[in-house]
Amino acid sequence: MAFYRSHVLVSVDPGCLAKGALEVIDALHDELVAQGLVDEVQVLETSRIGDPVQYGPDMMVYPEGVHYANLSVDDIPYLVEEHFLKGRIVEKFRAKEITVADEELGAPKPKEVRIVLRNCGKIDPNNIEDYIAEGGYMALAKALSEMTPEEVIDTVLRSGLAGRGGAGFPTGKKWQFARNSSDPVKYIICNADEGDPGAFMNRRVLESDPHSVIEGMIIAAYAIGAQQGYIYCRAEYPLAVKTLNIGIQQAREFGLLGENILGSGFSFDLEVRQGAGAFVCGEETALMASIEGRRGEPRPRPPFPAVKGLFGKPTNINNVETYAVVPQIIVNGAEWYASMGTENSKGTKTFALAGDVKHTGLIEVPFGITLREIVYDVGGGIKDDKKFKAIQTGGPMGGCIPEQYLDLPVDYKSLASVGSIMGSGGMIVMDEETCMVDIARFFMEFTQDESCGKCVPCRVGTRRILEILTRICEGKGRDGDIETLEELCREISSTSLCGLGQGAPNPVASTLKYFRHEYEAHIYEKRCPAKVCRALITYEIIAGVCTGCTVCARNCPVNAISGERRQTHHIDPDICIRCGICMQVCNFNAIRIN
Amino acid sequence: MVTETQNKQAVMNAVEAAIKEHGTSREELIPILNDINRKIGYLPQEALEEVSRRLRLAKSQVFAVTTFYRMLSTKPRGRHVIQFCESAPCHVVGGREVWETLQDILKISEDETTPDGKWSLVTTSCLGICGVGPVIVIDDDIYGNVTPEQIPDILARYS
Repeated sequence: MAFYRSHVLVSVDPGCLAKGALEVIDALHDELVAQGLVDEVQVLETSRIGDPVQYGPDMMVYPEGVHYANLSVDDIPYLVEEHFLKGRIVEKFRAKEITVADEELGAPKPKEVRIVLRNCGKIDPNNIEDYIAEGGYMALAKALSEMTPEEVIDTVLRSGLAGRGGAGFPTGKKWQFARNSSDPVKYIICNADEGDPGAFMNRRVLESDPHSVIEGMIIAAYAIGAQQGYIYCRAEYPLAVKTLNIGIQQAREFGLLGENILGSGFSFDLEVRQGAGAFVCGEETALMASIEGRRGEPRPRPPFPAVKGLFGKPTNINNVETYAVVPQIIVNGAEWYASMGTENSKGTKTFALAGDVKHTGLIEVPFGITLREIVYDVGGGIKDDKKFKAIQTGGPMGGCIPEQYLDLPVDYKSLASVGSIMGSGGMIVMDEETCMVDIARFFMEFTQDESCGKCVPCRVGTRRILEILTRICEGKGRDGDIETLEELCREISSTSLCGLGQGAPNPVASTLKYFRHEYEAHIYEKRCPAKVCRALITYEIIAGVCTGCTVCARNCPVNAISGERRQTHHIDPDICIRCGICMQVCNFNAIRIN
Repeated sequence: MVTETQNKQAVMNAVEAAIKEHGTSREELIPILNDINRKIGYLPQEALEEVSRRLRLAKSQVFAVTTFYRMLSTKPRGRHVIQFCESAPCHVVGGREVWETLQDILKISEDETTPDGKWSLVTTSCLGICGVGPVIVIDDDIYGNVTPEQIPDILARYS
């Protein structure tokens, strides 16, 4: 067999062929012959290397692993002389690193600490060996061979890990309750019914690092003594379901699920259950009803799932993120995890940062970070350098936090103290152009729609709130509306059956508390200070600035604009539908909102 | 008549296949309904009755579960189902214009099917791909960063 000191792989996919890959190969061969290198360098054809549009024709040179791109026949003599004869890499031909924009999860931003997200985007989620190469399943091996179930629970307890689904109940305590039950049949459930609009932390973990969740669940099952586990994943996440099923299958093949795991005598298996589209199934008792094949309606607690859960048996139920950090805690120790965060909230939390910040997407930060740091350091500040108005945390059942609390350190207690919640981790930043009444109405529309209808306060109360808010936004607010809203908020949150109803008034209550003047402006002055509510604004053409170019009149969908060419135009407020198109198309900024 | 018999046979086959896959215990009800819904496009009355008979469940129970979940439909759906994400992150980046364009082109509103039985238009809750909003899903194909101008081209890919 001939021995070559170097191998050149030239891409001959259709894109590169169209750009002259074969001519490049011919030139390369001729030049290697001319330089007497033909017995030292082997030229091979290969399929696509990089995107042919960006790179073609391109080649990989081994053993250096250099990627040369955008080559032409004329480049070849110089390339051969430099690289193959003189052994110098030709920088000017090297492929420019085109970073594939990961719009969800970029490189860690300042002040981020990635524990849950550490493998996301770095390993192949469909290959268990990738996960194992990163230290995966070490924690399981350690727990099964060196630790008793009680020691596992004690470690989790001391780490301070609390339920990442939003309620923040100490995970170790939950496990202890399930462990203490004497029933021989126990279940374990992973709540992957991440339904908050705009929150996709769990989806990303399930799709990018499913084994961290699977490993965490096996450890939890060992700790409480469960034989069977379920991952309840919402049907809106088909890729997550697929990735999980592949992961579970591979874990079985590796002896990490099934009978006698790692020879320890402990047996456990997992199954994915898919939802069918119901937000309320994220509530734990509703979720269990759904797994049992019934309507996903919550039931009163107690009895808590740890006592009487799935199929009436003791059940431990945690969120995706909670399970995903468990292996890290087992490997690195409780003290390591507890060293991050605040007095009452340990570790890190993932958030989906959205809204009017410069860098949106997934972030993971230690507890105790301030909202200001999240908005300005991690999020890069407000878009277009506008003014910050509020940050909404905790999803549709969360509250809006105003500027005066920007220096609040984020943890479970502090968010609750200002009328919001941690929730699963949605965070929406709003700038000065957001109408808080409109935002409250938007969230109420969502919770009202998703209310399962079982208990009256939630079913009827949310509808009454929505009606009043809609009226206020339409300019038909009445004296006494604010007081009625406050009363409804109090009663719905204190009498509803589950977290959905109890939390539903939060967006309204918090905006009433911090942005009461906006409600008052809507009701008493018939004015929307943020200029959002259509019924309360009028568009006006500013005389003197308008050049009479007719662009607005031609673009108006309802022909509400009149005026002669080169004369100031006029908008008829009775015909105008406040769509704002005239303002977008005006080249002279001659249109304003009153 | 022939087509009606054939349709009925298709429904029964779908029920049979789903039960063969999942068995007849109560906790398999939702997976079974999901399978039939996927194959037929919706859950016709005969299907629900057959499921209730085979699983030994009251018809009311099967119907109650079917109508609770958004993805299970008791109304016939078109050959292709367009799901539009109606959540806030898609809404603020131009979702409303996409939604209006879809309705204009297909001349149907939410939860309706075109008279030729080709298209159904439904809304969905957040799909979690908020980084590329507005998002629509046609059958199993996901389209992100959709603009009103792209919609005719996207629809033309389906026959």
